Amino acid sequence: MNHRAIGAIFNFEINRARRTIGQSIISPVLSTILYFIVFGAAIGGRIDAIEGVSYGAFIVPGLIMQTVLAQSISLASFAIYFPRFSGTIYELLSAPVSFAEVVTGYVGAAAVKALTIGLIILATSFFFVPIEILHPFWMLAFLFLTCITFCLLGFIIGIWADGFEQLQMIPLLVITPLSFLGGSFYSIKMLPEFWQNVSLLNPVVYLVSAFRWSFYGTADVAVGISLAVILAFLCISLAVIAWIFKTGYRLRN
Amino acid sequence: MTAAISVRNLSKTYATGFSALKDVNLDVRRGEIFALLGPNGAGKTTLISTICGIVRPTAGTVEVCGHDISKNYRAARSSIGLVPQELTTDAFETPWNTVAFSRGLFGKPANPAHIEDLLKRLSLWDKKDTQIRRLSGGMKRRVMIAKALSHEPTVVFLDEPSAGVDVALRTSMWEQIRELRATGVTIILTTHYLEEAEEIADRIGVIRKGELILTEDKTDLMKKLGKKELVIDLYEAMNSTPPSLAPYAPALHADGRQIVFTYDDRNGGIPQLLAALNASNIRYKDLSTRQSSLEDIFIHLVGQP
Ligand SMILES: Nc1ncnc2c1ncn2[C@@H]1O[C@H](COP(=O)(O)OP(=O)(O)OP(=O)(O)O)[C@@H](O)[C@H]1O
Ligand SMILES: [Mg+2]
Repeated sequence: MNHRAIGAIFNFEINRARRTIGQSIISPVLSTILYFIVFGAAIGGRIDAIEGVSYGAFIVPGLIMQTVLAQSISLASFAIYFPRFSGTIYELLSAPVSFAEVVTGYVGAAAVKALTIGLIILATSFFFVPIEILHPFWMLAFLFLTCITFCLLGFIIGIWADGFEQLQMIPLLVITPLSFLGGSFYSIKMLPEFWQNVSLLNPVVYLVSAFRWSFYGTADVAVGISLAVILAFLCISLAVIAWIFKTGYRLRN
Repeated sequence: MTAAISVRNLSKTYATGFSALKDVNLDVRRGEIFALLGPNGAGKTTLISTICGIVRPTAGTVEVCGHDISKNYRAARSSIGLVPQELTTDAFETPWNTVAFSRGLFGKPANPAHIEDLLKRLSLWDKKDTQIRRLSGGMKRRVMIAKALSHEPTVVFLDEPSAGVDVALRTSMWEQIRELRATGVTIILTTHYLEEAEEIADRIGVIRKGELILTEDKTDLMKKLGKKELVIDLYEAMNSTPPSLAPYAPALHADGRQIVFTYDDRNGGIPQLLAALNASNIRYKDLSTRQSSLEDIFIHLVGQP
């Protein structure tokens, strides 16, 4: 294994984030905090507690999940798309590295960045709303799994995309709607039965539900099922990555 | 000792159906400078990209220092340094960081002294912490050379190293390429400048429409280049040349009105040929000489339909 190559890619990516810290870390954190202020502190006081949790606190896990999800995809997709776009990918393709090492370097760095963003938002949320974390281990585990899974998905999008438009398309047209309807702002139990069932087709529901459970012990979907869905998503992403590796899809002519 | 590069029956057909390489066979010896010539679109970059692992071959095999590029890609690629034709750099990185990154990517432990030495030799030391986007085109190309040399490769590919490089810098680059060879590195370069090939190459390969149509030692090619023709216009046409001229391998042209000798300076040249003509009592009204250049040979080779 070429561990130095993994390290080189990882460090390169982390350095890039440091250089652009305003754009890569501060701006997603800031925009999420604005949600806390508007929905949690300002409007939240007028909304009833949901399942015994004040509305301001109720939305925190979902908001963290939504941001981490969106950031994972955008960080990882951009990280691999940009070298393809600028042509510097030639070096990765001609280096003695395996595809698995390339994925580990890029996805690892993107996941660390997304995780950092999630933890910063979590830390700042304590200033705005009363929060408790009943299952800290599971909280971190779900956060970590989400970062890895959706960084892998982002990596796949970055390889598939044939232009900046396509790069934005999936996050904008698929992830954002799913994410808003994923139960960050409400419990899906509040929906009519039909829409509850439709919601179960939305993978984000499982992420948010499981993550909120790790905070307050209440879930829209049984935690075991959520975990299974997240792991299944992880496996699908890995399978697609393996297929890209085998065929050289969009990487090697 | 195995060849630095050994290409066997290599073919490449792109997804578009375009056949860019057709059954190419090539051996590049260790420690030589091999120049690949050919018109635009001939397949030079495709050949290099295939050897370096950027393009997948459709058929055939390639070994680099005895390592198969697909079965043993790590060993094969570890020994290669590539400076591609296009200027592609990490615009927002500094030369120092990007060169250190390349070294790590190729699995070598960090070695600041080596990178310092490289940047100094390529006159980039004072720019080491400047963002690459603020460098000139020629400097960017040197950054790419530094990246390619960062992991101390034994085989170096330079795809049009002199494109966009001024004349003075080109001469100094030739010097550096020779220095590199002196350390035992094998160099494969492509160029559109025949004088560049003449100046630094040990061997020359010509590629045309995906086919490698010639590989020769430069000195042999220069011998062809050194060959000259003496054209004699005769008073009277003849059916055949007299036996006395046989040692000079004459050829009759223009319905017997011209005798053409191919000669070079080593076998006596024009004076001896003229003496032979006089001795055979052949009268002539005019004579002229012509010389074929590498350029002619090249155009002749690649110009064929
Ligand atoms: N990705 C690709 N898909 C389809 N055709 C390609 C691709 N890359 C190159 N070609 C074609 O293959 C042929 C050889 O291209 P190549 O870049 O190898 O030429 P070259 O000899 O390096 O030319 P130049 O002197 O202009 O650099 C060209 O006709 C080109 O159009
Ligand atoms: Mg080319």
